[in-house]
Amino acid sequence: MALTQNPKIVIKKLNFFYHNNQALKDLSLEIPANEIMALFGPANSGTTTLLRSLNRLYDPNAKVHLTGEVLLDGQSIYAPGVSITELRRKVGMVFEVPTPLPLSIFDNIAYGPRLSGLKTKASLGEIVENTLKMAVLWDEVKDRLNTSAMRLSGGQQQRLCIARVLALEPEVILLDRPCSGLDPISTAKIEESLRQLRERFTVVIVPHNVQEAGRVGDRAAFLLMGTLIEEGTVADVFAHPKDKRTSDYITGRFG
Amino acid sequence: MVIWSAATLVIVLLLSIIFYILSKGLPTITWQFLTEIPSDMGRSGGILSSIVGTLLVTAVAIVIATPLGVGTAFYLTEYTHESNITKIIRFSAESLAGIPSIVYGLFGFIFFVIYLHLGWSVLSGGLTMGVMILPTIIRTTEEAVRAVPPMYREVSFSLGGTKWQTMLKVLIPSALPGISTGVILGIGRCVAETAAVILTAGSALRMPTSLFSPTRTMAVHFYILAREGISMERAYGTAALLIILILVINIVANILVNRFVAKGR
Repeated sequence: MALTQNPKIVIKKLNFFYHNNQALKDLSLEIPANEIMALFGPANSGTTTLLRSLNRLYDPNAKVHLTGEVLLDGQSIYAPGVSITELRRKVGMVFEVPTPLPLSIFDNIAYGPRLSGLKTKASLGEIVENTLKMAVLWDEVKDRLNTSAMRLSGGQQQRLCIARVLALEPEVILLDRPCSGLDPISTAKIEESLRQLRERFTVVIVPHNVQEAGRVGDRAAFLLMGTLIEEGTVADVFAHPKDKRTSDYITGRFG
Repeated sequence: MVIWSAATLVIVLLLSIIFYILSKGLPTITWQFLTEIPSDMGRSGGILSSIVGTLLVTAVAIVIATPLGVGTAFYLTEYTHESNITKIIRFSAESLAGIPSIVYGLFGFIFFVIYLHLGWSVLSGGLTMGVMILPTIIRTTEEAVRAVPPMYREVSFSLGGTKWQTMLKVLIPSALPGISTGVILGIGRCVAETAAVILTAGSALRMPTSLFSPTRTMAVHFYILAREGISMERAYGTAALLIILILVINIVANILVNRFVAKGR
């Protein structure tokens, strides 16, 4: 399968620096719409940095700078005049550590919509129900939406975080090792919901191990020390890696 | 064992002070004591004007110092990087916290009472007390804000929140118990202060009718009653009422904060 004609995100020669440490080197990558892209690689390979550079959660300031371009639907997200808050609503993020805000389940999910001005209880309620269903959490919490989200289990909290991102009605969802602290059953539930979600969203995930990249990804990109080594469909990358470093990593010879 | 006995000693000491004052003062507290203004220099009548004066001075101080203190603390923690300016602000605040209250009184007297022509008044007293409790509020708020998990900020930003929205919706609610601790400590200092208040709010016995009226707070009242030997009974009565007032403020503030925080736990 060739690259789709209309990639959702195009990354062009991206270089990313923390102080003088270069985290990404001349990285170019196209991320097609409605697929799950798995960015994988050993620790410090730049996967998290790449993910965060897609919604500017690392905003360039004194400590961080970058060169190159990231295009979302052909528009540069680093161009002057781009609204960061709007960008972040379009490109939602789920973090490695499940982090519900210290609010009720309902208020956690309503947080994003409320920020953009939605107030009516009925429409918020609808969003809460729909997103919780999409995140495969509704049945477990429908009777206690007003209890604190802090009381949920880790796996439930992470699905809540996914629902909370979905409530923004994003176009792209970024996930940074969303299952790293979770048990296999919770992991399975989250991966199941991701597979359903890709029909409506573009999903970019940093999986927490190679197996997960193979399980959930449609496409996979292998990064090493901030450089893109190879990229392709999961079947290609895993069954016929072009680069020896990729095959070494996948088969567990290093990393 | 040592720690245990130290703790016991402290508790016994505190309780016996409170018990002593209450046992001496409570018999004086009658309906008349609470609802009449003092007559004959405080030998008879009640202390209503002092109760009102205390509440007014404290209210002015809190209304002035809370937004300023909370604002400063948020500026220091969220809106700026560590720099020489933040060091100067923090150093000033800490120095302010260590100054004896009579110095604040003198400052308030010269600046508010004389220079700004506010006279001995509730307003002068309240402003002086506001300046005095500012460092406490800055300090406790800053610590509370720093204790909010950094991930909360990232989550809020990642959901499209601006810095301002994040502060209003996540940081202030999470830091509320700490902020309220600072405010309660501030209230305690206002209610208990004598030296600075005599110099700025005066010691008039009549009922304050506006922010520009002079007044005599409860602490000042019982200081004068006791020092000038006017009436020890009534001094104890006033002291007992002061203790009860502080207890009530603490309990009410605790209930309010707990009710607020419980929603998120």
